[in-house]
Amino acid sequence: MLAAPSMSVDAAAVRHIAKLARIAVSDEEVAALAPELSNILGWIEQLGEVDVAGVEPMTAVIANTLRLREDVVTEGDRQADILANAPVAEHGFFAVPKVIE
Amino acid sequence: MSALTDLGVAAIRDGVKGGDFSAREVAEAFNAAIEAARTLNAFVVETPEYALAAADAADADRAAGALKPLSGVPLGIKDLFCTKGVQTIAGSKILQGYEPVYDSTVSANLLAAGAGMLGKLNMDEFAMGSSNETSAFGPALSPWRRNDGGNVALTPGGSSGGSASAVAARLAPGVTGTDTGGSIRQPAAFTGITGIKPTYGRCSRYGIVAFASSLDQAGPMARDVRDCAILLEAMAGFDPKDSTSLKLDVPKWEANLSNNIKGVRVGIPKEYRIKDVPRDIDTMWDEGIAWLRDAGAQIVQVSLPHTKYALPAYYIIAPAEASSNLARYDGVRYGLRVQPDGGNLGDMYEATRAAGFGAEVKRRIMIGTYVLSAGFYDAYFNQAQKVRALIARDFDNVWSECDLLLTPTAPSAAFGLGEKSADPIAMYLNDVFAVPASLAGLPAISVPAGLDGQGLPLGLQIIGRALDEQGVLNAALAFEERAGFTARAEPWW
Repeated sequence: MLAAPSMSVDAAAVRHIAKLARIAVSDEEVAALAPELSNILGWIEQLGEVDVAGVEPMTAVIANTLRLREDVVTEGDRQADILANAPVAEHGFFAVPKVIE
Repeated sequence: MSALTDLGVAAIRDGVKGGDFSAREVAEAFNAAIEAARTLNAFVVETPEYALAAADAADADRAAGALKPLSGVPLGIKDLFCTKGVQTIAGSKILQGYEPVYDSTVSANLLAAGAGMLGKLNMDEFAMGSSNETSAFGPALSPWRRNDGGNVALTPGGSSGGSASAVAARLAPGVTGTDTGGSIRQPAAFTGITGIKPTYGRCSRYGIVAFASSLDQAGPMARDVRDCAILLEAMAGFDPKDSTSLKLDVPKWEANLSNNIKGVRVGIPKEYRIKDVPRDIDTMWDEGIAWLRDAGAQIVQVSLPHTKYALPAYYIIAPAEASSNLARYDGVRYGLRVQPDGGNLGDMYEATRAAGFGAEVKRRIMIGTYVLSAGFYDAYFNQAQKVRALIARDFDNVWSECDLLLTPTAPSAAFGLGEKSADPIAMYLNDVFAVPASLAGLPAISVPAGLDGQGLPLGLQIIGRALDEQGVLNAALAFEERAGFTARAEPWW
């Protein structure tokens, strides 16, 4: 039932996607991912045969109106809670490697 | 082991209320059963002291004449629900060590209703999987075995695999699950238990680790329909902290439970008869149709023409939303951080995510990233959202001909560990019957129907209109009474 992939993802495309997704990939992983992603995308492409003329993309699963809350401070003073799970926190902030040389 | 573990949610609640046994006795019995069943790998964190504390509170409340709806009932909580001070890592290495400073609304609702927490349940990493094999904790095992005398380890299904295993093995009378594209219903079917995914918006998503936000819904898994109704009533309700939460009162699903479905029109969608499905599944489906007819339902043949496109649409939409939701795991605010020597911030992100995510999660993040990337958004993501609208329209149309739909839950019985892990698409096909209702946000239940030729449970699915959980539960009750499913896994663990 699987359609032959018409859109194949090559190694360069895998590296590009991995870069966008901020995931480091090894050469072995790239080699394995290229056919896997091609196969999945090939299977997904059967959606192209559906006639969607005049159909609006779904934006809400169940009709609902987006509520707005009052523009007031509802909580705060939770610095310790917010930093509790940080791998590295310093001086009340999340700490990260140097960004600007 | 005490026979108290053979009791379901309603029986425990009523027994505690009636003084047949104490809540503490119940909690002790389940705590002992969990400790004795570690081979199943169903629980990834055990919290016996939490269960006992809630039980003691329930016994005190009984003495004071102030019992709550779930007083004395101990429950297992899927590891996707944030639990204050108790490790919650959603089956992923990238969240290692994470202890939430708050409770999810759904688990908090259950605790506020008097329930106790037995522990956290194993699951596929970030709920991405159908066999529990993608969990960083290793797979949960099904308590079931084939009747061929062998001892092949079977999957309890996924992603709520630990949840299903725990209920089937009598380690908890009820548990929470979540269902994005079948993650409550497929494992329920694989393990001979009952599980319902309510209408999208019934249960708050606040504090549930996000996978695909337009699809994620919490729901209960338990031994029977009544127990599911009781638990869902406690879990559901409006929550201002979730923008998609429905501002509706929670119906009295248990009080209004009725096996009278005379005149209810049950649709049998022809597109769900697919090739290559084991004959036992179709036979069981036919039997289920006969049971509902016997209960007075009117059976009608119907068509949902876009059904075959539901799964590929799902595998665009769910990974797209996941790639966005999982962007938060960057080694800065919680969980794992991997810092390469001399690396900059970008190197840290990439190394952390490479080390923290498992193969299936990476695959889905990359598919999602691809379908949302410049030049492909329209062809993939927008097309999928249009197809999703057509799938929802199919259901809207069919409700003029019927009130409920009856289908198989999954296209096979439970399979062996490792049997499908090499082929992602074969694994995805597990959810072929579950995904359409997810895309349309509809309530759907899986109820055990019987055993197949290998002695393994099969389930059937009942799908209803949006907000008609009552209709779904009632038909499921009439079904359950006729199926008379009493089989259980023989303890070997």
